[in-house]
Amino acid sequence: MPAVSKGDGMRGLAVFISDIRNCKSKEAEIKRINKELANIRSKFKGDKALDGYSKKKYVCKLLFIFLLGHDIDFGHMEAVNLLSSNRYTEKQIGYLFISVLVNSNSELIRLINNAIKNDLASRNPTFMGLALHCIANVGSREMAEAFAGEVPKILVAGDTMDSVKQSAALCLLRLYRTSPDLVPMGDWTSRVVHLLNDQHLGVVTAATSLITTLAQKNPEEFKTSVSLAVSRLSRIVTSASTDLQDYTYYFVPAPWLSVKLLRLLQCYPPPEDPAVRGRLTECLETILNKAQEPPKSKKVQHSNAKNAVLFEAISLIIHHDSEPNLLVRACNQLGQFLQHRETNLRYLALESMCTLASSEFSHEAVKTHIDTVINALKTERDVSVRQRAVDLLYAMCDRSNAQQIVAEMLSYLETADYSIREEIVLKVAILAEKYAVDYAWYVDTILNLIRIAGDYVSEEVWYRVIQIVINRDDVQGYAAKTVFEALQAPACHENLVKVGGYILGEFGNLIAGDPRSSPLVQFNLLHSKFHLCSVPTRALLLSTYIKFVNLFPEVKTTIQDVLRSDSQLKNADVELQQRAVEYLRLSTVASTDILATVLEEMPPFPERESSILAKLKKKKGPSTVTDLEDTKRERSVDVNGGPEPAPASTSAASTPSPSADLLGLGAAPAAPAGPPPSSGGGLLVDVFSDSASAVAPLAPGSEDNFARFVCKNNGVLFENQLLQIGLKSEFRQNLGRMFIFYGNKTSTQFLNFTPTLICPDDLQSRLNLQTKPVDPTVDGGAQVQQVVNIECVSDFTEAPVLNIQFRYGGTFQNVSVQLPITLNKFFQPTEMSSQDFFQRWKQLSNPQQEVQNIFKAKHPMDTEITKAKIIGFGSALLEEVDPNPANFVGAGIIHTKTTQIGCLLRLEPNLQAQMYRLTLRTSKETVSQRLCELLSQQF
Amino acid sequence: MIQAILVFNNHGKPRLVRFYQHFPEEIQQQIVRETFHLVLKRDDNICNFLEGGSLIGGSDYKLIYRHYATLYFVFCVDSSESELGILDLIQHLLIFFLIAPKVFVETLDKCFENVCELDLIFHMDKVHYILQEVVMGGMVLETNMNEIVAQIEAQNRLEKSEGGLSAAPARAVSAVKNINLPEIPRNINIGDLNIKVPNLSQFV
Repeated sequence: MPAVSKGDGMRGLAVFISDIRNCKSKEAEIKRINKELANIRSKFKGDKALDGYSKKKYVCKLLFIFLLGHDIDFGHMEAVNLLSSNRYTEKQIGYLFISVLVNSNSELIRLINNAIKNDLASRNPTFMGLALHCIANVGSREMAEAFAGEVPKILVAGDTMDSVKQSAALCLLRLYRTSPDLVPMGDWTSRVVHLLNDQHLGVVTAATSLITTLAQKNPEEFKTSVSLAVSRLSRIVTSASTDLQDYTYYFVPAPWLSVKLLRLLQCYPPPEDPAVRGRLTECLETILNKAQEPPKSKKVQHSNAKNAVLFEAISLIIHHDSEPNLLVRACNQLGQFLQHRETNLRYLALESMCTLASSEFSHEAVKTHIDTVINALKTERDVSVRQRAVDLLYAMCDRSNAQQIVAEMLSYLETADYSIREEIVLKVAILAEKYAVDYAWYVDTILNLIRIAGDYVSEEVWYRVIQIVINRDDVQGYAAKTVFEALQAPACHENLVKVGGYILGEFGNLIAGDPRSSPLVQFNLLHSKFHLCSVPTRALLLSTYIKFVNLFPEVKTTIQDVLRSDSQLKNADVELQQRAVEYLRLSTVASTDILATVLEEMPPFPERESSILAKLKKKKGPSTVTDLEDTKRERSVDVNGGPEPAPASTSAASTPSPSADLLGLGAAPAAPAGPPPSSGGGLLVDVFSDSASAVAPLAPGSEDNFARFVCKNNGVLFENQLLQIGLKSEFRQNLGRMFIFYGNKTSTQFLNFTPTLICPDDLQSRLNLQTKPVDPTVDGGAQVQQVVNIECVSDFTEAPVLNIQFRYGGTFQNVSVQLPITLNKFFQPTEMSSQDFFQRWKQLSNPQQEVQNIFKAKHPMDTEITKAKIIGFGSALLEEVDPNPANFVGAGIIHTKTTQIGCLLRLEPNLQAQMYRLTLRTSKETVSQRLCELLSQQF
Repeated sequence: MIQAILVFNNHGKPRLVRFYQHFPEEIQQQIVRETFHLVLKRDDNICNFLEGGSLIGGSDYKLIYRHYATLYFVFCVDSSESELGILDLIQHLLIFFLIAPKVFVETLDKCFENVCELDLIFHMDKVHYILQEVVMGGMVLETNMNEIVAQIEAQNRLEKSEGGLSAAPARAVSAVKNINLPEIPRNINIGDLNIKVPNLSQFV
């Protein structure tokens, strides 16, 4: 028994472990363990008090038994007793036992907390360390309640030792993770931020981890950490490899801390301060440069450490998404890794590139690596890497390379690992649909999918192909012909039978002219598959047959014979039997006209989010589907309260669902077979208009632009690198018309271009807006126009929001701007004499009718400009009315559908103070208020 | 955050299990088994990352692992950790687990063919203490080798001063002192260890 000699003093423990290892069978092992457990139990219960050494030995044995997967239901009390020992070794093993065998027994937790409290107060750094470790490792709510106040104090106290500070920071982090509500922000937060400047790099590392987590929830509170983190990072990356001594790891200065700092910076947008921003850009450039230098060591640790920092820097560059130069450099660097001999680097490069593909600056650069990625898909030995390659191909796909990528994915599918087939099927289906220029190609692709991986083609996929064929009449004939040919194969997948049955039932007539696919041939072909199919598919085929009766009167008797056969009319399955009976009856009693009405062609499905996309998201989780659009949509799905309302209703509408069919026939014979489109469609539209409320926050600067339109009607409302929005509007009395011009500034098409006007609830009843949807495709360089008809029902304060969503290249764009429809647009100027003016002024002397604002001039105080603005505002400018010639007065009437409101205004400039006083008097308080607000911004 | 650190041998026997997120005992055991099956079917020399098993949270988590002699070292982490960083951390720990027991306890009996695996179970408590110096509550506490060694050395002195139970032999203490500490991480002589751990070369 050589093992015994290995013991470090706990001989009994070594003997026990050796015994267990020598057990020949599982039974023998369990027997030995039970014997030991009984022994320990009796020792713990025995009269003789155990000494520290024995307790320690037994606790170690229990830990070992636990490791082997056996429940330990005693010994906790003994461990707690060890906590209060003064001997370090005993205390240590007690804490270890508690940390490993966490127990939510509240009785015990109180005792443990007591021991921890004593150790925290002991001022012995070793004991404090043990206690903090225990809190961090258990991290229960009770512990948070007991120590969330104490730990921050230890962390920021001046006399705390470095090692304790480190532990305290991570301990606090753990408590914040479990119970954020119990960790109050306070004075300590600013002092924690300053730990980033600490001398001790271990403290800085721990503090950085803590701040990163806290900043995610309280970004304002920790904003100052950005500049400190940047300067710390800058000092590290520019240091010589020996400066940081112990923290230099294989010639890379403090790689772990650099990674953490770069993570922290990813909680924030690019720094606003140009100096900080410049310094950060310099750091990132240095990191990219260093990655290109020849390695200082051949050890894998050197390259790992260097590249860990590099990948994190690239993540930050992608996160900021604002420096095209850095993005393209990052992409090139990752491109080199795609062919690196280290599998790990290839894996990480593919993963990073996936996110890079969704940035408009680097999308094109990523696309240049397509051949390498396709090659990876074909040659990588590792399924993890191949999966990343699939993800990247999906992310880099756009109209220009869709055919190639889809073809490659299809051919990979034939040999792909079973675990990822379904995901690839979904991805292919989505790409084929999204980038289909030629819908014949789309149909071919989906049929190929079913042929290659039929078992992995989920319902959503084949529902979708049917929706698309029904909505596009240019592809219907082709689809019918193709499925007919595909069905000729002796063994075809049941999903193909479903698609074939549905499509031939709807569009079989389009190919019936060819004698090779005459009605009877079509029917016989489908019916030859009937008996091999499951019940739902047979039910679908029965519906196809009754549609054939309508389409092809010449096969009516053949079909009636089939329906009449015992195997149908007396089928054990209730659903099938009912269909057979009802369809047979329908075909006998209904006149041709009624039959034609009942079995009319399916109406188009309303356009909506692809149900497949929802499925993929569900499968992969929102974080892993890198598509920007998806993440945005994901939020909107949540708004609707369910994980996937869209697909649920989709299938309700698109499944050739048995119950819906029968319902249609029974309740309203005149309705077309299949789902009642009005109700189903309406539901979907509701769901969808709800989800559109997940609009982007207002574009930066839109406030300024909005103000500019208060006194004018035409101009550019919004402009970025992609899109320009121009406005032209005219108003008369309470009506107006606005022309919105959307200009595509790029050379690439915008797809799914959907502008939506959103009125806040209150505004809806006050302002009527009517518009027509615009063409969803905007060609590069083209401009589309949208007309909005406006009616002012009653006075209003808020402005409608214009939300524009579209797809540019691979990325989803979402822009929101306030539409400058303001109350003053419905002004009609009124000329009046000085006498009239003051008479009315006095009539409006009620305090609610007057609103006054005194404000500082934002623009030079030029009389002519002021006059022009008042006229632009819509009121008449009354000359020689005010006794003081420097003042301006105006009058007008606001027209709304329900009422007219007279308005008088007076603007008194004070050149010396560079101030204005603006007074509004109208017959309605809210109107005075709003007009005063609007006009005050103008000077 | 590190969710769990799992070490098991080629037969799936757990040798070190540390969870930083609470799971009931039987789920812990299932996670160990599931993880074992996930890494077992992977060839050597392919990449060290894969998606987590369903019990621990699926694709939101990554398993980062090294297969080393008879042992698999698996870290289960969320997306906030750097993959390469964790891989280096495993390397760190390996060095410690290999060296520390030898330094602090007695020289090991050379007749064991898989010293490294047995080290873990015979010095279970030590292994946990070392781990505690490196990872705390699922976060990395310290990456500086010298700092960690100094902490363990301090622990050892305390133990010794308390005498009795596991007083380290004087020989071991002097061994600690004689080690050129700053050189441990950088110039660890893998060749030496090779005697005991035949296929260590795979991660050089």
